[in-house]
Amino acid sequence: MPLGTTTTTTTITTSQSCVPSLREGMSSGEALVSEADGNGGIMAQQKNLEGYVGFANLPNQVYRKSVKRGFEFTLMVVGESGLGKSTLINSLFLTDLYSPEYPGPSHRIKKTVQVEQSKVLIKEGGVQLLLTIVDTPGFGDAVDNSNCWQPVIDHIDSKFEDYLNAESRVNRRQMPDSRVHCCLYFIAPSGHGLKPLDIEFMKRLHEKVNIIPLIAKADTMTPEECQQFKKQIMKEIQEHKIKIYEFPETDDEEEMKLVRKIKDRLPLAVVGSNTIIEVNGKRVRGRQYPWGVAEVENGEHCDFTILRNMLIRTHMQDLKDVTNNVHYENYRSRKLAAVTYNGVDNHKNKGQLTKSPLAQMEEERRDHVAKMKKMEQEMEQVFEMKVKEKLQKLRDSEAELQRRHEQMKKNLEAQHKELEDKRRQHEDEKSSWEAQQRILEQQKLDVSRTLEKNKKKKIF
Amino acid sequence: MASTEIARQAGEGARAVPLSGHVGFDSMPDQLVNKSVNHGFCFNILCVGETGLGKSTLMDTLFNTKFEGEPTQHNQPGVTLKSNTYELQESNVRLKLTVVNTVGFGDQINKEDSYKSIVEFIDAQFEAYLQEELKIKRTLHSYHDTRIHACLYFIAPTGHSLKSLDLVTMKKLDSKVNIIPIIAKSDAISKSELAKFKIKITSELVSNGVQIYQFPTDDESVAEINSTMNSHLPFAVVGSTEEVKIGNKMVKARQYPWGTVQVENENHCDFVKLREMLIRVNMEDLREQTHTRHYELYRRCKLEEMGFKDTDPDSKPFSLQETYEAKRNEFMGELQKKEEEMRQMFVQRVKEKEAELKEAEKELHEKFDRLKKLHQDEKKKLEEKKKTLDDELNTFKQKKTAAELLQNQAQQAGGSTTLKRDKERKNNPWLCTE
Repeated sequence: MPLGTTTTTTTITTSQSCVPSLREGMSSGEALVSEADGNGGIMAQQKNLEGYVGFANLPNQVYRKSVKRGFEFTLMVVGESGLGKSTLINSLFLTDLYSPEYPGPSHRIKKTVQVEQSKVLIKEGGVQLLLTIVDTPGFGDAVDNSNCWQPVIDHIDSKFEDYLNAESRVNRRQMPDSRVHCCLYFIAPSGHGLKPLDIEFMKRLHEKVNIIPLIAKADTMTPEECQQFKKQIMKEIQEHKIKIYEFPETDDEEEMKLVRKIKDRLPLAVVGSNTIIEVNGKRVRGRQYPWGVAEVENGEHCDFTILRNMLIRTHMQDLKDVTNNVHYENYRSRKLAAVTYNGVDNHKNKGQLTKSPLAQMEEERRDHVAKMKKMEQEMEQVFEMKVKEKLQKLRDSEAELQRRHEQMKKNLEAQHKELEDKRRQHEDEKSSWEAQQRILEQQKLDVSRTLEKNKKKKIF
Repeated sequence: MASTEIARQAGEGARAVPLSGHVGFDSMPDQLVNKSVNHGFCFNILCVGETGLGKSTLMDTLFNTKFEGEPTQHNQPGVTLKSNTYELQESNVRLKLTVVNTVGFGDQINKEDSYKSIVEFIDAQFEAYLQEELKIKRTLHSYHDTRIHACLYFIAPTGHSLKSLDLVTMKKLDSKVNIIPIIAKSDAISKSELAKFKIKITSELVSNGVQIYQFPTDDESVAEINSTMNSHLPFAVVGSTEEVKIGNKMVKARQYPWGTVQVENENHCDFVKLREMLIRVNMEDLREQTHTRHYELYRRCKLEEMGFKDTDPDSKPFSLQETYEAKRNEFMGELQKKEEEMRQMFVQRVKEKEAELKEAEKELHEKFDRLKKLHQDEKKKLEEKKKTLDDELNTFKQKKTAAELLQNQAQQAGGSTTLKRDKERKNNPWLCTE
């Protein structure tokens, strides 16, 4: 549970009318997949208690702590000047939030639309509430009102941004929640329908803040006119698919009846007053006319009581929760998605948005490691192959050279042998010739000797 | 009325205005409570202690129900954590209770690493929450919080002092979880021994700097009871799921020959105090402390580890986007660098190997050049020999031719003599000239 806020029910409801549901938390532009159950995969067993344990006291503990901490609420009022916004706020909170020292927005005529805050601390029954009222003096008052909603949007976004930054710090402290929890939009009681400005404004802001449209100065219309007007407005709201604040469904039948009653009277037509008038012995807030008194808190005169009860007494916490769980989360996811995918291929599957950017980086890191490993392996393979090739070539050429060498050797040997043979032959020849010569010589010698002998013989 | 936290935070920016009637926002706490009750509560307890100290029994006694589990043996090779989740309901309050037991704690011969699996488990729960919190699309409000809110540390009833395993473990856990030390099976200790034991334990914890959970005393409504209880720490408890008849009531007790120890009798043990403090008074505070102190510490450390800072060197605050972008760029740069390095390394290796192979090739060629040269020499020698032989042959031939010539001449000259002789011989075959 984020600091400063509390857990809440997530009832994803489809409303009974055709007004698109605010609570579903999806901004229409993005088909973000919702994991409604987070980590709901944990199995739990039902166990029966055989005696009093005491954790039924938990709600009291929560109560105690919340009172100690105090509460805060930021309410934004938007509408043209003169629609009775300040009066209504004073009536709602039964105080002079706007007084001569702190004039309301209509008294502060501005040239351009400003956004101003007033903070007041109010106490009641031991409970302290820090109430911030955000005004938009100048809204809709110019001749050309194009973009007069922009300062409002900027303000809301800047509050979201502050909260996001505070939430994202490394050193976090208790964060004050200055986000806008509710926007009361005042519709002028023309009796015909919504003005283009009304439609434009609501269309641009319904996904940023809880919009509660109000018909201002309801005492200028008869009940029938009011009825007509309301029907017309609701029709137009549906037509333009504007998501106004929706009341949560409950299991309690009684409560559901009340909720349905309220839904039938939307948008609430209100009357505000700073003056107290005596009517039938009672002191009531009202507006004195020659023809009677329009009582602020009379349910038959206007819907003020319903508004007050709904806004303050029963649904204040829900408004805060919807702001936190739906509007803020939308803002946050859009903001962070833009950051993380800056420059990255944006048609990666949207499922990646369910990871935190850090987890995203972790995954990318892992992917990269895997990729590198693969690359390394491939390079290794290529390397090995090349080396093998080279070695093979080397071996081949070695074999070749070896072969040639062998051949040459053989050649030489053959030649050697040939030579040897020749030599031998020659030797043989020589020796035989020499032998022959010797024989011849001997013969010659013998012959000459014989001749000599014969000569000698003959002589004798 | 004392000022609230929010009022203090607003400070000068807000002015207090009086109300002239009942507005109705005093129902805010109720609205909040209703929401919480609808959503259900969740609480996670971790029981750390040696096997056989009665952890499971105590849980059963505390929550008046029989949780799962067989008693474990002493032969576990390491410390494992077993967690079970239960849905309990009391009046309209639903509680999702998770009980985590350390199985095998203290059974090993070497217990140095016993605390590790416990710390890892606690960190893993923090991590899971942190990951959820950091997701782009998150569902925090429906997240089932598994972080440990309270750690009951079971101390063996030796009566002397804490074991060193206890001190080591508690020291490792005190910054991660709310530790509530309890003396288990305290029916084995007499009252006087108990008082001394408690003092010893407390002083040992203090002297070792172990931060145990203190019941909060800042809220007036519970300050008094909490501070009294703080002085009774550690609680000496006895657990039992068996019932014994005392008087005319059935009470949870342990029956001995010498008497019956009643679990819910405050004279016998501190069980009631533990239940009061843990469940009835401070459960919410335990959860809050876990979230705002222990979890934040974990988160801070983790983010700092990853290099996140709140301010840059000029102490201008970083916006989240800048940080993420910076991180991402750094990260991409790192990856690219790694790739480059690996490529470089390969290029290097290839070069080296090529050089090697070239060397080998050169050697081979040299070898063969040498051989070739040898061949050449051989050949030359052979040629020379051949030449010599040829010369000899020629000389011989010449000699032969010369001799023959001579012979022919001689023959021709003495050819006649020879012829004559031959004739004579023919005629006179008895001439012995041979």
